[in-house]
Parts: sequence; C-alpha cells; structure tokens
Amino acid sequence: MGYLEGFGVTFRKLFHGSEDGRVVTVEYPKKKRPKAIRFHGRHVLNRYEDGMEKCIGCELCAGVCPARCIYVRGKDNPVDDPVSPGERYGFIYEINYLRCIHCDLCVEACPTEAITESKLFEFSFTNRHDAIYTRNELLVDDDGKPKRLPWEDWREGEDEHTSAWMRATAPAGSAQYEDRVAWAGELGYGVRPPEHGQRLAEDLLVATDAAQADDPEEQVRQGVEAQTHGDIHPHGHPQGGDSGPHS
Amino acid sequence: MDPLFISGLSISVVIVVLIKVVVVFVFLLIATMLMVWFERKVIGDMQNRIGPNRAGPWGILQTLADGIKLFFKEPLIPDRADSRIFRLAPYLSFVPAFLVFSIVPVGGVFRDGHDGTVSILGHETFLQLADPPVGVLVALAMSSIAVYGVMLAGWSSGSKYPLLGAVRASAQMVSYEAALGLSVVSVVLLSGSLRTHQIVAEQSQSIWHWTIIAAGVVPFVIFLMAGTAEIERPPFDLLEAEQELVAGFNTEYSGIRFALFYLASFMNTITTSAIIVTLFLGGPDGPAPVGPALIWSLFWFFAKLTVFLFVFVWFRATLPRFRYDQLMDLGWKVLIPISLGWLLVVAAIRVANDRSYTFVQILLVALAGAVVLAIAGLLLSAAMRTAQRRRELEAVKGA
Repeated sequence: MGYLEGFGVTFRKLFHGSEDGRVVTVEYPKKKRPKAIRFHGRHVLNRYEDGMEKCIGCELCAGVCPARCIYVRGKDNPVDDPVSPGERYGFIYEINYLRCIHCDLCVEACPTEAITESKLFEFSFTNRHDAIYTRNELLVDDDGKPKRLPWEDWREGEDEHTSAWMRATAPAGSAQYEDRVAWAGELGYGVRPPEHGQRLAEDLLVATDAAQADDPEEQVRQGVEAQTHGDIHPHGHPQGGDSGPHS
Repeated sequence: MDPLFISGLSISVVIVVLIKVVVVFVFLLIATMLMVWFERKVIGDMQNRIGPNRAGPWGILQTLADGIKLFFKEPLIPDRADSRIFRLAPYLSFVPAFLVFSIVPVGGVFRDGHDGTVSILGHETFLQLADPPVGVLVALAMSSIAVYGVMLAGWSSGSKYPLLGAVRASAQMVSYEAALGLSVVSVVLLSGSLRTHQIVAEQSQSIWHWTIIAAGVVPFVIFLMAGTAEIERPPFDLLEAEQELVAGFNTEYSGIRFALFYLASFMNTITTSAIIVTLFLGGPDGPAPVGPALIWSLFWFFAKLTVFLFVFVWFRATLPRFRYDQLMDLGWKVLIPISLGWLLVVAAIRVANDRSYTFVQILLVALAGAVVLAIAGLLLSAAMRTAQRRRELEAVKGA
C-alpha cells in the first residue's frame, strides 16, 4: 500500500529522528555551524612574527574598495622606533562596517598581506561610532589574536582567522599552490600551511602531461590518474577557479 | 433526565450548569493551548526539527507567549473592508467551536446497568454540558455556522486572496458536510437516537457495540476524512494554501482577531476528535479494572481524544495537500456515494434484524441488491458512453 507507507515514515521519525539519530536544527546562539572555508568576516590588521605591523600605508586597499569604506593615511616610520619594516606605516586605518560589503578586494590588493578577513560576522554594534573600526581595533594583539570588542561574539577557536586569498596564489599569479610558500609569517601563527584542498605540484604535472599527450588512450589513463589524485585532495578543482585578477 | 427543566428550575440546577459551563470553557482553552504546543512539537519531531523549546519546560508555554504577543498587536482593519462584518466574523468562527463541545459526554459510567448519571450538589446530572434531543444535529449545525465565519471573513476583507480562500472554504465545507451527515446517519440508525448520551449508552455494553465495529469501519473512515475536511486541516487545507492564497480567508486579519481564527481552528480539531470518540468509539466507555469506574471513564475519554489529536497531527505531517478538483472529486464522487450505499446496507441489516429474516430471505435481498447494482452500473456506463460520443460528434461538427 503506497499510500500508507508515508505514515510509517513519519511515525518512525518520531522516535529515531533522521537516519543518524540527529535533528537538523542547530540551536544557533548556543552552538554555531562551522563556517565556510573562505568566509569573509570582519577584517584584522596583521603583524609580522617579530611584532612589526605589516601595513605600509600604501592605500591600495582604500583605492580598490568598491564601497569606499576604507580610509588610510600613511606616515614615515619614526627612525628610532619603527612601526613597520618598510619606509612608511599606516597611522590612520579606518573601516566603516556600515558600508563594507566584504568583497575581499582589499585583501587581494594588499601587497604585504597586512589586511585579511577573519570569519567573524557576529558583530552587532549599536551606533555609528562603533561601526567605524579604527586601527587600534583592527590591529591584532601582542599575541597575534584579534581584539575582542564588547559587541563581538567570538567563540573558542574562531580567532583562527584565515588570510585565505593570498595563500591560494602562487608567485606565478595563478591560484595553484606551486610547492613554494609565497607568504609571510604572522604573529601568533607563524608561517601558515597551504590552504586545505589545494593541489600539489605532482598533480599539476600529471594534469599538464595529460593535456599535452598525443595518444588518446594515454590521455584517458592519465586523466583517470589525475582524477584519483584530485580525490586525495578534495575541493582541489573548484578552488583553482577563484584566482583573482592575476590570471 | 430533564434537559429543558420542565419540572422546575432550582438554584442548585443553575449552579450545576454554571459549573459545567466554566469547566468546559476552561478545559477547551487549556486544551487548545496544549494542542497547539503538542502539534508543533510532534510535527517538529517528525520533520527532524526540535520544535518550540524556549518558553517554559519543553516550550509548553509557547502558545501562551504567542497569545500575549498577538493580544498586544494592532488589530488592523483594511480601508476597503466592511468593518462591521469584518469584526463579527472571528466570533462566528470561534463561538461554534466552543458550542460543539457542549454535547460531548466526557465521563460517566454506562456499563452494568448504570445510566451515566453522577450526583452533583444532590442533583442527578450527566457529565456533559447539554443533552439536547436533537443531539448530533447541533454539531452539524455548528459546523455550518462556522462556514459563515470563514465566508464572511473572506468577503468582508475587501481583498482578493481572502475572497478566493473563502470561496474555496465554503465550497469545501458545504460539500463535505453532506458526507459527514450521511455517515452520522448510520450511527443514528444503530443507536436509534440523536441524543449523544443515548448514542454513548447504546455503545457501552461491550467493545463490540462501539459503532466503529457495529456499523462497519466505513462510516468511521468517512467521518474521519470528511471531518478533517470540515475543520480545514491538512491534507484538506487548500483554502489557506500559503503558496497560492497567502493565508486564505484570514490574510487581512491581525492581532487578537487573527488569534481567534487560529484558536478556533485548533479548538475545532479538539471538538471534532471528541465527536468522533463519542459517535464511533463509545465515548467514555471502557473497562474499569480497579478503583472508581467514574475516574476510568474520564481516563478512557481523554485517552481516546489524545489518540485522535495525534492522528490529526500525523495526517498533517504525512499527507501532501489536495488539489481543488481532487478535493471535489473525492467529496462528491467517492465519499457521498459510498456513505449513501453504506447507509442502505446498514438500514437493510437493521430491518433484517428486526423482522428476523431467515437465511433464504437474506440471500434473496442480497441477490436483488446485486442485480439492482449491476443494472445501475450498466445504465451509468451507457449514459457516460453516450455523452462522450455526443461530445466527440459535436467536436467534429464544430471543426
């Protein structure tokens, strides 16, 4: 009886929940879902491992910002107590979160990986003054952790912010990791490992060989091989796509 | 018993009636509150969700919170609404929902020669608010009045979606009332009385006398389906199909007036379950192994009631909504013919019992019935074929 089977399904759900015995509801304020690997949240200004600020006050982020929400002013480093390793540093750095669209273009534009985005989106300020984050608020602490402002909801482990974009980019400008770390260390985290899911060099070689081979059978075989390698590093293929303006 | 108080109206009678009214009123309000919570919780479980869990333990006060919220919201009246009727309609839907419950016997010992009376303030009475001689007709009449609530609400809103919803609703309720009434007739045939108290008493001799068995399962199933359609619950809730009609007849309602419609729909679920229990499952009848039989009768009534409340929630979680033409097909072409046919069968069996027919006579009647059915079927198919041929001919001529 096809009609009555449905009643059985709903009745069993009453005692078992879904197949693995869980309910799909996440009780949000108590628990949080894991966020996407390249989630764009509130920005942080990073430091080098020796505590120097990465920002050199070049204003490229402000220039590229489509929402015009970043205001930067650079200034020459004090000779006796330099703030950044370069010639200049950003002595004013403000982001207006009433305008920011979290497009991550500032992160892409930054030549020194100074500005990155954490995964925090739960910052509900209640006035316009709080909405404009200043340099002091954006800059990481002495131990490399983002500052926790009173209206922000940080949980354990959420300050493991990712500066995802530049770690997807090789020196050649492509989005593939080419077995060469092309990014600087960060205070508190050191030199971060390559992004999870990026393809390694040998996979690339196989893929290139397969594309260049003349023998169609060879192509098929190596294509399959490349496929299996791809399985070892999941998400490898789709992430090769967002390579940014360099490609 | 003296339902119309012809033999005198004393102060104790008035007090007894007042107590009953208050008890039924409070019971229905609390039961509705719990029903809303129960439905949301059970349906949450069935859909791998949690359901309400904020207000009170297990979210049991959720309905109270919703009610308080709705009470303090602005009850809006649209500019183009017919404001007097617009304000009247919720009560036309709410009050009948209450009144149906007044004829339901919720307790009382009917077995072993007892007649279901209890003594309150030295006054012999039934555990039901009223026992009018027209009995179940009151329930049918109230459900007809509820149609007015829905229809006037949609009509007076001055808006197109409520109007469409109201048209659907009134068409649906009127169609299914026929099947509902015809299935009740089988019950009345068996008990020989319209009074609910008498109907329960007739069923209370043993479990085999319950109408669900004594009248065959068919009237019960038809009543269950038609009752579900009558209270506009899924799968017959197409008159408030959110996707098509926004919310149906109550689109323009807000605040406390919306709450009245909302409560009325859940209260109707409870009263319909109570009517089903009364008509088909012997009401408060059931075995009383230990202790006072009166307590057991109350227990049996509410246990049966809860089962049916669960069944209605179960329907909602399982069945997809009917399309409008499917709904009408089911009502007019399936439920009404079947309930009419079953009514004939029940009537024939009653007559055969009364006149103590012999086996040969029964066989003859059955044969005659089969012959009549066969001839009717042949005539019907012939008529349908002729009609089809005529349509085809007209189509050819037209082309």
